[in-house]
Amino acid sequence: MNKIKILVLLSLLVMAFLLDVALGSVHIPVKEVVRILFRPDAANESWIYIIEKIRLPKAMTAIIVGCGLSVSGLQMQTLFRNPLAGPSVLGITAGASLGVALVMLSAGSITSLYTIRELGISGSWLVIAASSIGAALIMVVIVSISSSLKDNVIVLIVGVMIGNITLSVISIWQYFSSPELIKDYLMWTFGSLGGVTGNQLLILAIVVSTGLLISFFSSKLLDALLLGDNYARSMGLTVQHARLLIVLSTSVLAGGITAFCGPIGFIGIAVPHLSRALFHTSSHRILIPACCLVGTVLMLICDIVAQLPGSQTVLPINVITALVGSPVVIWIIAGPNKLRGF
Amino acid sequence: MEKQQAILHTTALTIGYHPGTSHLKVIAGPLNLSLYAGQLICLLGPNGCGKSTLLRTVSGLQKAVSGNIQLEGKDLKGLKPADIARQISLVLTDNVRSGNLDVYSLISLGRYPYSGWLGILNQTDKTAIDYAIDATGTAAFLNRKMDSLSDGECQKVMLARAIAQDTPLIILDEPTAHLDLPSRIQLMRLLHQLAKETGKAILISTHELDLALQVADQIWLMDSGGHLAAGLPEELILDGSFQQAFDKDGLSFDAATGTFHIHHPRKEELSVTGEGTAAFWTRKALIRKGYAVTPAAVRRITVSEEGGLMFWLLDTGGDKLSFNTLSSLLHALDQPGIT
Repeated sequence: MNKIKILVLLSLLVMAFLLDVALGSVHIPVKEVVRILFRPDAANESWIYIIEKIRLPKAMTAIIVGCGLSVSGLQMQTLFRNPLAGPSVLGITAGASLGVALVMLSAGSITSLYTIRELGISGSWLVIAASSIGAALIMVVIVSISSSLKDNVIVLIVGVMIGNITLSVISIWQYFSSPELIKDYLMWTFGSLGGVTGNQLLILAIVVSTGLLISFFSSKLLDALLLGDNYARSMGLTVQHARLLIVLSTSVLAGGITAFCGPIGFIGIAVPHLSRALFHTSSHRILIPACCLVGTVLMLICDIVAQLPGSQTVLPINVITALVGSPVVIWIIAGPNKLRGF
Repeated sequence: MEKQQAILHTTALTIGYHPGTSHLKVIAGPLNLSLYAGQLICLLGPNGCGKSTLLRTVSGLQKAVSGNIQLEGKDLKGLKPADIARQISLVLTDNVRSGNLDVYSLISLGRYPYSGWLGILNQTDKTAIDYAIDATGTAAFLNRKMDSLSDGECQKVMLARAIAQDTPLIILDEPTAHLDLPSRIQLMRLLHQLAKETGKAILISTHELDLALQVADQIWLMDSGGHLAAGLPEELILDGSFQQAFDKDGLSFDAATGTFHIHHPRKEELSVTGEGTAAFWTRKALIRKGYAVTPAAVRRITVSEEGGLMFWLLDTGGDKLSFNTLSSLLHALDQPGIT
């Protein structure tokens, strides 16, 4: 049964990937896309350029973002034992944004992708590091608060408030910046899968794969944490170490992606629930790959929709993920299962 | 128990909250306790006397204030969580809320201390899980999700997880709370059997005095002052510890019958003669109504049974009245004219 689901998801993935590469302001037939992917020499040169330099990196970014955000959301839901946890909900992406903003502040420059690009490879690493540290700081704060507060909803509200505080700090800094910088920052907050090319794409891929590997290797720890800290400890888990490992990989995943693509919401909270509903399991050994698959497909579909096929306009990716993700969140809260799963 | 090494042994153990800080609050101690293989030990005591704290401390979840805990001869402080997990398994009062977790997955989490880094189960693990399922009778709901179980089923599943962990000592914190009477009896019987058949030591905290007196090999009786009396159930009754720990307003422990009286007897005395179940329950009913049942009473009730029909004869010393139901007898006794 699971094999069929995986096959269906994989074929959906291939279809969405090809469509994502084919659709855009310049329409390239899917047949041609396949040909260019496998035998690039025998095709229209401008198409080759568009695919290799723009569409392929964007689709790859969508895949990386889909995997990274979904798995970081899954880890957070287990760690906080809270079905509504996710990087954008608990202020983790806000922390990452603060990190990005701080780098730009100290560089005396602007917080936009264009600047990151100008800083080159070392700049990319710097931004990723700052973003991940920002994410980790907020996570540590929320982990320490949640260990003394038993109520999920209170932790959630505290997380949202901490996210707000972080965003206010960024806003204060924005207030003293020039209008052009604010426009660039706003563009970044809309989220974008485009523009991550070449070395940046490689760096993002390395960072996210590292995070995913750590996460997969901690799937047994995550399983034990499902029963709560006390049971986890009674089964031989050193809870502090496990938490540290999970905070580390979550921060790297959410921080790395936010640094390059902006704060993309709702994927992190929605995909884990969709994966659980699809595979009927809470075993992380299955859920982590499942989240990668579902997250990738969902992210590619969001990107296809964002391009408004047939038009010249491209909508910000955040708008689309919110449109897709919010109903899922409503379903989690008000649906037949009522907050049951995490 | 001669010269057998204790699975768990405490020396001058003092327990409390926040050890090592200025908020330190000592709850009980010094405690010198021993737990041997094959024993079922019931930890009894009023609410808030520190039963949970004691269980959490000996299982390593919480630091001791002072003193020493030895687990199979080794100091508990020197053991890693992974080592302790192969010696002690727990059933806690913590709510397992993960609604997507199915019963089989939860029970197999008990193999956590033995499985590899990815948690893949081998044949030994599967055998241990099957044994645990079999022992607890949980086979019927293996595919159900945790949040669809009743409290009794949930408790059995948590016990199965602890059995799958295959440790010489299982500690359960109030496993009978929230259960209905049949489930409570079932669970206690299961624990008793388990201790006898597998040689595991089982330590539980409970409020089920009646059941504890019937199944426990040892009773640890804690009072609100932090004193702990350990011994055979019968010893604790005979030396008056039970009466001391539980005597409160409106409640008294009757060492003669091993039961609690929750009613103060009225002055009126009655005697009951007759045999069998009918007489027994007639006495119960009268005690519940507040009468003192003594053979020397002036007013006498005779319970008889004839041809499947029961009837009660009341001799008040003057009048003789006959009743064919217990309630009409009690009703008549309530009438001022008769008393």
